[in-house]
Amino acid sequence: MTTYVIRRLLLAVPTLFILTVLVFMLVRFLPGNVIDMMESDLEALDWQLDREGFLRLMGLDVPFYVQYARWMGGIFLHGTLGDSLFAGHTVEEKILAALPVTVQLGAMSFVLAQLIALPVGIFSAIRQDTPADYVARTIAIIGMATPNFWLALMVMIYPTIWWGWAPPIEYIPFTENPLGSIGMLIIPSVIVGTAMSAGTMRLTRTMMLEVLRQDYVRTARSKGLKERVVIYRHSVKNALIPVITLVGAQLPILVGGSVIIENIFVLPGLGRLFVDALAQRDYPIISGINLFFGTVILLNNLFIDLLYPFVDPRVRYR
Amino acid sequence: MSSVTGMPSAEILPRRRSRLVEFFVRMAREKPMGTVSGIVILLLVIVGALADVLAPYPYYEMHLIDRLQGPSTSYLLGNDEMGRDLLSRLMYGARLSLGVGLAATTLDVIVALLIGGTSGFLGGKYDLTMQRFVDAWIAFPGLLILLTVMSITGRGVPQMILVLGISGGIGGSRLIRGAVIGIKENDYFLAARAVGSPTHATLLRHVMPNVMPVMIIIFSISVGGVIMAEASLSFLGFGLPLDTPSWGGMLSGEGRRYMEVAPRLALMPGLALTITVYCLNMFGDAMRDLLDPRLRGAGN
Repeated sequence: MTTYVIRRLLLAVPTLFILTVLVFMLVRFLPGNVIDMMESDLEALDWQLDREGFLRLMGLDVPFYVQYARWMGGIFLHGTLGDSLFAGHTVEEKILAALPVTVQLGAMSFVLAQLIALPVGIFSAIRQDTPADYVARTIAIIGMATPNFWLALMVMIYPTIWWGWAPPIEYIPFTENPLGSIGMLIIPSVIVGTAMSAGTMRLTRTMMLEVLRQDYVRTARSKGLKERVVIYRHSVKNALIPVITLVGAQLPILVGGSVIIENIFVLPGLGRLFVDALAQRDYPIISGINLFFGTVILLNNLFIDLLYPFVDPRVRYR
Repeated sequence: MSSVTGMPSAEILPRRRSRLVEFFVRMAREKPMGTVSGIVILLLVIVGALADVLAPYPYYEMHLIDRLQGPSTSYLLGNDEMGRDLLSRLMYGARLSLGVGLAATTLDVIVALLIGGTSGFLGGKYDLTMQRFVDAWIAFPGLLILLTVMSITGRGVPQMILVLGISGGIGGSRLIRGAVIGIKENDYFLAARAVGSPTHATLLRHVMPNVMPVMIIIFSISVGGVIMAEASLSFLGFGLPLDTPSWGGMLSGEGRRYMEVAPRLALMPGLALTITVYCLNMFGDAMRDLLDPRLRGAGN
């Protein structure tokens, strides 16, 4: 067990290194750098740009491996991800400013997804092949197939036409008005959350069905235990083990969902920041956000793998 | 393969045909929803392939007098803001969505086989190194890396296929790797090696036939996601070019701008997308259930 943990932690180090190189290299391939963008802006004003000077100022005048070394040095020695190429902010300032929105949206979507998925999945398995089961499964599969950006558009269009009501799009910070903030984000969270819940619901149902056929469940029943105890104590606990892995692995979906939803609902989160930075060729921001999410997800995956033996004592690793 | 049972007729009929026919008969009997979905997809493929013949108007033809008109006998689903026929655009959209989706998924499976197959078969240091790269790639949220790479390559159909295919293949390689490692532990594999079967023969005769079902499963469960990814990227403005009638692009462009005046411009492309992805998922699930005996009966 200890060797396994150490092995996993050691293997994560080269992966993290490759991740930083990938993140850094990717944006260097972006066509048209920020200077080109500035020049085309200034052309209208008939201004000349000191290309060399700007490149030096932004640290783009040296070979990429020197840029990489500087970048890594900045992270480890000074705890900074560099400066945004626009507006004189550091990358971490921009990320930290946008983070609460994304975290709140993510957390709310996550909670909603589990609140829908687990009860429906368990219920659907207990009532296997009843109309309720079919309805739940059909809705789940349709939910998986519905693009969340389309759902978001529909939510914006039809209530406006039918009742003259549009979902609020002015973001309210949680610290200023917690209830207002939650109320404002509830519609975006429902959209991201339902999309997430479909997969979890289906796996919960499948695992429940499998567990309900196990010998220990039959034993529990034949002992004369109450059905409630059989379901919750013996079945649900065991069925949820693989579900934990899936729920953990859904973090990337959550991130992807928030990128789209933040752009539709004009929320000032990381997803908006990312798409804007792509359009402006703001390398440090793009690398910063990619590195941030990449690291978070890598650690998340590692955490789930390490958690597994604790949740399920039957699992033993080398 | 599990789909072949010892039917006496197998000796009379040509073997390959009976296998395939038998598979589809079994599918129709056991998975009616999956079969219906498969037929819908087939129809969509035909509509997409024959869009030039079937569509009432070319997708780019403008009828400015009829701009933003509702459904009528000459334009069954109405017109967009430039008077282009919405139905025709949706039909060409089917060609783009399914074309990009199927091509990218094919590439996806090939890349997955190349990475996962070599990694699983060779093992050792090569596997260890390769898996670090795969881990690092998977650590990125799919959409972020797709957006980054698409802004490098620029919008376009070939770029889209390459990016979705390669990126999906790196993720899918883990399934193939797992399958190959599983095959290597089987007695028939050990026996083949023990009697001195050369590597290429072992690969062809013992590994490939057993990896095939996994490849088909990866293909059928991935297409829906790939099409969804294409639509998301096109919606955000990083996917297919603006002048192509892609469903995702139609949703972000005219669908969004004229949503109060003509909500059907946003409704229809999304509906087409949902139906397509729904059918692909149902069909994929049915294929998986039939091909992977371990998952059968789990009542997914």
